[in-house]
Amino acid sequence: MAVSAEPRTGVPTPGPSLRGRTLPTYALPGFAVAAVLLTLLLWATTGFAGRAGFVVFALLLFVALQTLVSFGVEGRRQAVNRLFTTLVTVAFLIALTPLVLIVWYTVKEGAGAISDHFLTHSMFRVDPSEPGGGIYHAIVGTLIQTALATVIAAPLGVLAAIYLVEYGAGRRFARAVSFFVDVMTGVPSIVAGLFIYAFWILALGFQKSGFAGSLALLILMLPVIIRSTEEMLKIVPNDLREASYALGVPKWRTILRVVLPTAIGGIVTGIMLGVARIMGETAPLLLLVGINQRIEFNPFAGTAEQVPQESLPTFIFEQFQLAAGNTDSEPFQRAWGAALVLIVIIGLLSAVARLIARFARVRG
Amino acid sequence: MREREPVGPTIGTATTPSVGGGPPVAGEISGAAVRPGDRVFRSLSVAAGATVLLIMAAIAAFLIVRSVPALRANTADFFTFEQWLPDESPVQFGIAALLFHTLMTGLLAMIMAVPVSIGVALFITYYAPRRVSSTLGYFVDLLAAVPSIVYGLWGFAFLAPNLTGLTLWLDKWFGWIPLFDYQLQNRPNNLTDFTAGIILAIMILPIISSISREVFGQVPRDQVEAALALGATRWEMIRTSVLPFGRSGVVSASILGLGRALGETLAVTIVLSTVYGISWHITQSGGVTFAMNIALKYGEAGTVGTNALIASGLCLFIITLAVNFSAQLIIRRRKGA
Repeated sequence: MAVSAEPRTGVPTPGPSLRGRTLPTYALPGFAVAAVLLTLLLWATTGFAGRAGFVVFALLLFVALQTLVSFGVEGRRQAVNRLFTTLVTVAFLIALTPLVLIVWYTVKEGAGAISDHFLTHSMFRVDPSEPGGGIYHAIVGTLIQTALATVIAAPLGVLAAIYLVEYGAGRRFARAVSFFVDVMTGVPSIVAGLFIYAFWILALGFQKSGFAGSLALLILMLPVIIRSTEEMLKIVPNDLREASYALGVPKWRTILRVVLPTAIGGIVTGIMLGVARIMGETAPLLLLVGINQRIEFNPFAGTAEQVPQESLPTFIFEQFQLAAGNTDSEPFQRAWGAALVLIVIIGLLSAVARLIARFARVRG
Repeated sequence: MREREPVGPTIGTATTPSVGGGPPVAGEISGAAVRPGDRVFRSLSVAAGATVLLIMAAIAAFLIVRSVPALRANTADFFTFEQWLPDESPVQFGIAALLFHTLMTGLLAMIMAVPVSIGVALFITYYAPRRVSSTLGYFVDLLAAVPSIVYGLWGFAFLAPNLTGLTLWLDKWFGWIPLFDYQLQNRPNNLTDFTAGIILAIMILPIISSISREVFGQVPRDQVEAALALGATRWEMIRTSVLPFGRSGVVSASILGLGRALGETLAVTIVLSTVYGISWHITQSGGVTFAMNIALKYGEAGTVGTNALIASGLCLFIITLAVNFSAQLIIRRRKGA
């Protein structure tokens, strides 16, 4: 596979040899340079234009050149191999492009909006079309709602995972639960929102509130926590459990004192990844929480006098709608600022989660 | 498959006392009598497991109960009517347009995301240097951490304006295919199915590629090395041992990705301009999806309107459920095999 350094010079090897003729290592960079130069020439002399077109054309030219020459020199099999190596690499670069573009664009647009004032003030008595105002109320809401959802989902999810691994393994009921955990992962967030709307607000008669939003988030978070905790419990070595049983420790204490502490790092990681997943959810909050310009610390607030909490995602959507398509307007800038803050919070959470995962591996 | 089978990880150790507290079967090492702590803890964990089933059943039940009155009141055909007018005096609403654009954007996303995801998964498992491969995987996974609404903002402010050239180019060279035919006179604004498809493709890419990556990583080492030892090139090795092994995994990963794309709300709401109607021209004229319709209409909806939205939510729920069910069945069959 590796391109061998030099085809044996001098003596021509008669007949089939173990090492066929191969392209020299400088061939690929050479083709790349040639492709770019040719494209430049075409762009300068003919009517072709456009940056995106340039990249695509140069790339195609590179692939064609490389495949044809390789076909001539090395034969069909190597040519196909090289073609696919290039395609696979290009696929990877294509996947990274939007990530880079999104992060770059969000930072570029959002950094301008962020200031001390922006992070520590609400939108109370601020004309949205004027500069000023901030997202403090939205950050407060997002943190409280996410925390509430986590406080309920984490114990529930960990217990369910304990059932699946420690008690249920192999049983029909456990397999059903496990199957529906996976199916539940695919429930669209807006459907979760609609369900809570039909259940909590229409059927039980509660008002829209931050807590109603938390309930929907909890549905989205639960399967993530169960699945990751289950994986972690599965890799706790059986020796530990057996040693504990041998000492006469009851099963429930074994689980609480031996199994869980061993896997705690991974479990925490899973919970934090679950938090990161729901923090950016907008759709259910749109249905269940509503919009507020003031700082509201009470997640149960939901009356005419006490409007439900704001949250970062709903704030972004509200500002986007206020901007009415004008990307330079103040609301749009605020939306970018809030988006950047949201991404940073989520990024920090996942980074910390990965760190915990790295330092708290299950040890056998 | 009943109570007393040896239980996975706790093989042959402390017995799992049956729930009813029946006497331990003779010959079994019964470590201890059923202790109250055990019974409480066990019931707690069973209850937690049952919650999952309960929630899923409750979702279906509550959506159905709310949908029925709206469907009764509807005077138009629910499946073929394209407009959404549940609060007008003859109550008329239908999911034809919603269904069409939901499937269209989902399919576009699949067509774009699946080949790239397979490429990404192969690159990370078999091409990238081993030392950096997990880091590269982490970068692709970061795409999943970007909130849906940020995709929407980016699609609206950056992607759509930059797609004008592509739209016109597709129209010029491939306009004979109705899909790419741009018939309007004004400059395209690109708030279309096509743009929504691209955004969705980016959003489901990390899902499909991470599952595929996992499956490709499980290909038995012997098969890979046997192929290489027979003189296969790297691509031949992948074609003969990795891809056949990973096919079902990739298929189910793609279906899971599709499920995610169908239910995506905010990104599509922002990127697609709202037009109720079916149009095959994906580079013009906007559209409307299930999720987006709910997000846009819930505010102004009256009683019938709300129930109608819940009915459309029920359709979305059933579709994603069917999609996820089939994906899980494929995965499980593979595990069983």
